[in-house]
Amino acid sequence: MADSIKTIGIIGAGKVSIVLAQLAIKAGYNVLIAGSGSAEKIALTVSVLAPGSTALTSAEVATQADLIILAIPLGRYKELPKKELKNKLIIDSMNYWWEIDGDRPDLTGTDVSSSEAVQQFLSESRVVKAFNHVGYHDLHNEARPVGSIDRKGVAIAGDNTEDVEQVAEVVNNLGFDPLLIGPLAEGKKLQPGGAVFGAHVNAETLKQMINSFVIIE
Amino acid sequence: MTDKEIAKIQFGLDSFGDIPVDEDGKLFTHAEAIRQVVKEAVLADELGIDVIALGEHHRPDFSISSPETVLAGIATVTKNIKLASGVTVLSSDDPVRVFERFATVDALSNGRASVILGRGSFTESFPLFGYEMTDYETLFEEKVELFSKLLKEEPVTWEGTMRASLDNADVFPKTESGHLETMIGVGGSPQSVVRAAHYGFPLMLAIIGGSPDRFVPYIDLYQRAAKEFGTTAHPVGMHSPGFIADTDKEARDIAWPAHKANFDRIGKTRGWTPMKRDHFIDEVENGSLYIGSVETVAQKIAKSIKTLKVERFDLVYGGGPMAASARLKMVQLYGEKVIPRVREILAEK
Repeated sequence: MADSIKTIGIIGAGKVSIVLAQLAIKAGYNVLIAGSGSAEKIALTVSVLAPGSTALTSAEVATQADLIILAIPLGRYKELPKKELKNKLIIDSMNYWWEIDGDRPDLTGTDVSSSEAVQQFLSESRVVKAFNHVGYHDLHNEARPVGSIDRKGVAIAGDNTEDVEQVAEVVNNLGFDPLLIGPLAEGKKLQPGGAVFGAHVNAETLKQMINSFVIIE
Repeated sequence: MTDKEIAKIQFGLDSFGDIPVDEDGKLFTHAEAIRQVVKEAVLADELGIDVIALGEHHRPDFSISSPETVLAGIATVTKNIKLASGVTVLSSDDPVRVFERFATVDALSNGRASVILGRGSFTESFPLFGYEMTDYETLFEEKVELFSKLLKEEPVTWEGTMRASLDNADVFPKTESGHLETMIGVGGSPQSVVRAAHYGFPLMLAIIGGSPDRFVPYIDLYQRAAKEFGTTAHPVGMHSPGFIADTDKEARDIAWPAHKANFDRIGKTRGWTPMKRDHFIDEVENGSLYIGSVETVAQKIAKSIKTLKVERFDLVYGGGPMAASARLKMVQLYGEKVIPRVREILAEK
């Protein structure tokens, strides 16, 4: 059994990161956030929008956190602090977005999901895909305590059972019912063009949408 | 709110030049769609609506790619309405030309021009004008800096990496007031909020989904950042989509198919799942769609103005393939009934 997660690090300081930071603080986690540059550059933003969290550099966040959520523009994943992320449990919440990332054949080929590309780059980290299919304002508005009748689901894809279970616990604590959908390669169903991208529905509906989806190659 | 505070609040209409349909459901041409916007702006001016803001897109489903050209047309047939962009995608434009074009609209309109600069949520202008997505941040950062210098209306010396340097360059026409109103449009990126504060620009929030109150901390951030930079924190404005008809049911019945068509068409290119009716209703009831009867929409606008303490509210109207007649009627209801009713509600103790 792995040690329980106390500190969540978030790499990225944009819209998604801020919402996830707010939810993690509310859930009682110690939260660290990094932007693309110095900690100073985002300190004010972080202190106002996610009070209680700490601004650091991405390398510091990677070193100090028990679990790191990636929420930078996907196209820049090769700028992640690979060395510091070694052996770490990672949640990849990123999506390919043409409007931000431009044309990127490495991320849009049909044979590999984008989280697999991230896993290939962070070859010594443990990458799990989660939170990517729900829009940031839906994450903000729809987090609910365990057992709420209108609780929504968040799908999780990952290769290692223990890692996936740890991520499921975090998803649950942040306010969503975790839905395990299988290995990282299955994450394809969660990304743009997939079965549930943009869906904010309960876990049961989420499951049905994923099961009935046929990928058209 | 006091009478003085209420009097300060401005109400606007925003459009991207969506393509309306005629009585038989046939889509307008781009040219007809542009003339429709001019017609709506003229009516808005007659009704005393404060602002018309036109946004820039370069896609088949929106007719306006050059907002200031349409604004110039509107300028010559209106008297009081403020003529704004919403937004001008500065990253893929030239700040000098943007200034020149808006200063020209300002001349034609006797000082009614206003620019809202933004990065835009669509970036099809990048490949169109030969810009790289990888320069997304740098382009905006550099060009905002240059634009803020041009606004002083004195010779500019500037150096950057994304555009030719300027050495004591003077730019014309000058405005008569010496001040071209300029704001920054932000969709929720914290960095953009801080940037607006850094240059002392007023902030216009695009709140297009979810509950508006989540933007309260962003306004706090804007004010605290301005304090830190020693700049002025100006009044903040917001824009959100909506539609008004005689009854809630009629408004929903007209807006739903148009809104869904818009959402799903964009979703196809971005890869999200089609919009469901319950999501739409949830946005109408709890989120950021101002759709309904005069009373429903007025109550919702008043609530947002009070919650966010904004001094300007713009309704993004006519989204999706909607009947031109329904759009025109909506402008009428907004100017004649909704705005006075919002002021009334705000005055209630």
